Amino acid sequence: MALSNNTIEEKLVEKFGDQVSAFSTASGILSFESPAPINLKVIQFLYDELGFTFLTDLCGVNYPDQKGAEIVVVYHLHNFIENVRIRFSVAVPVEKPDVFTASKLFESANWMERETYDFFGVNFIGHANLKRILNVDEMDYFPLRKEFPLEDQTRIDKDDEMFGRG
Amino acid sequence: MEAHQNIDLPQGSIEKKTTTLNLGPTHPATHGVFQNIMEIDGERVVSTEQSVGFIHRAFEKLAERRNLYQITPITDRLNYCSSPINNMGWHITCERFLNVETPKRVDYLRVIIMELARISDHLICNSIVGVDTGAYTGFLYVMQYRELIYEIYEEVCGSRLTTNIGRIGGFERNFSNTAFVKLEKFLNEYPKVLKEFENLFTRNRIFMERTQGTGGISAARAMNYGFTGPNLRAAGVDYDVRVANPYSSYQDFDFTVPIGSTGDNYDRFLVRNAEMWQSISIIKQAYEKVQSFKGADAEIFHADVPAYYLPKKEDVYNNMEALIWHFKIIMGEVDLPKGQIYSAVEGGNGELGFYLVSDGGRTPFRLHFRRPCFIYYQAYPELITGGMLSDAVVTMSSLNLIAGELDA
Repeated sequence: MALSNNTIEEKLVEKFGDQVSAFSTASGILSFESPAPINLKVIQFLYDELGFTFLTDLCGVNYPDQKGAEIVVVYHLHNFIENVRIRFSVAVPVEKPDVFTASKLFESANWMERETYDFFGVNFIGHANLKRILNVDEMDYFPLRKEFPLEDQTRIDKDDEMFGRG
Repeated sequence: MEAHQNIDLPQGSIEKKTTTLNLGPTHPATHGVFQNIMEIDGERVVSTEQSVGFIHRAFEKLAERRNLYQITPITDRLNYCSSPINNMGWHITCERFLNVETPKRVDYLRVIIMELARISDHLICNSIVGVDTGAYTGFLYVMQYRELIYEIYEEVCGSRLTTNIGRIGGFERNFSNTAFVKLEKFLNEYPKVLKEFENLFTRNRIFMERTQGTGGISAARAMNYGFTGPNLRAAGVDYDVRVANPYSSYQDFDFTVPIGSTGDNYDRFLVRNAEMWQSISIIKQAYEKVQSFKGADAEIFHADVPAYYLPKKEDVYNNMEALIWHFKIIMGEVDLPKGQIYSAVEGGNGELGFYLVSDGGRTPFRLHFRRPCFIYYQAYPELITGGMLSDAVVTMSSLNLIAGELDA
């Protein structure tokens, strides 16, 4: 029996009740949300019961206008047998961005979580080696947060000669 | 102990059982900017710690201020051994997001270019595995066919390595006759060369003994580590994005997905070689399909997406409407719809995914690249621990790690 998005949604609601919400389907991928404290329970359920044994992607998104839910961690999971993808996200406040680590279940989450920490400052509780990965260790901010704008392209105080424009 | 006391050596250098070796970041054997701080016992690797990010260029942050076309050159610089796949993967993501239907001829032309890119990617990887096991000849011999592939790119889009090929909806111009002539030359000559390349390696006793049983991984571990592409297939999992989630009309082609069993360096090599044969067959099929379009159909090289497809240059100079659209597209004045999408293509070394979040502005609100080698490079310590240092070097090249993609 093929695993349809409706079946997945029903099973999730049956198991977690109103803790899973915001179901929607776009481009064939079902996406939903849950509170951050139960993220591991949801992922474990998806892994054990629904066969989502492959973590395709894990990344962060920063919505500065969503008060109390500024940082969102997005998981893309894949069920290879049924060939179904799913998107699952949890939101946390920017003052206390604590999310439980998925690296005990998926080795692949290890670096993806480090990357998310590096760029968004998400504190993955239980991660064995949560330190910066792509940026320098001395960096004291989280560059992909929206509060850090890119350099003003119209600035004129740079020495053109140093940038090959002289 | 007492005898050593008066020798003025750094602490730990004599009594310590293991040696710390700093391999990289600029080392000829790493083929890219990778650093490994290895603990070795004689020639055996006891443990290693990778550090990455030496050429991090903040692509994801840059993409937040760029319109869709300005992001295409960024994708060139991910896996630069197969840039066209990245470019087209990005354009396909945009098309899916904007609900653009591409004509069949465009899909087939794209398939030709993407499979050429896959061949050039696998060719580099496999011949470098040869170099690291001591066989330089294969590498030099196949280079001329990578050159021919680059000439085809050049004929289609004007550049060779960082191609920036195509547009949202298709190509910037129709393929010239020269492109097809070069493609025919490639299809005629390359199979013989690949056969010869295989003769050099596949049953070569030295090569087999160097690669068999080194750097192996089980299917379950490979999946847990997020392996995709040839590396996952070498471990025995037949997952290929071209089959699982077809894009660009891959469902119209007849090809098999080669798999290995042990996931070691030898299997990875064999899987890549087998994939090159499949790619040749796909290109032949695609070329036949392209040739079957006659008359006006043979002139189709893009979809009808006026909001994203640049108008013809002669119209821009002579026609007000076209000039306006040209300006709007170049300046990125067309707002995107709201929403999010994850779309993936089978890149040279695995599933290359684009996660695009749009808030209705003219640039992505957030764009995340799922870079396959960033994810599977995590398994490197597990692959090499307990093995010889020289095998660690071969393992690194047979994983097809591309620093530009890894560091984004």
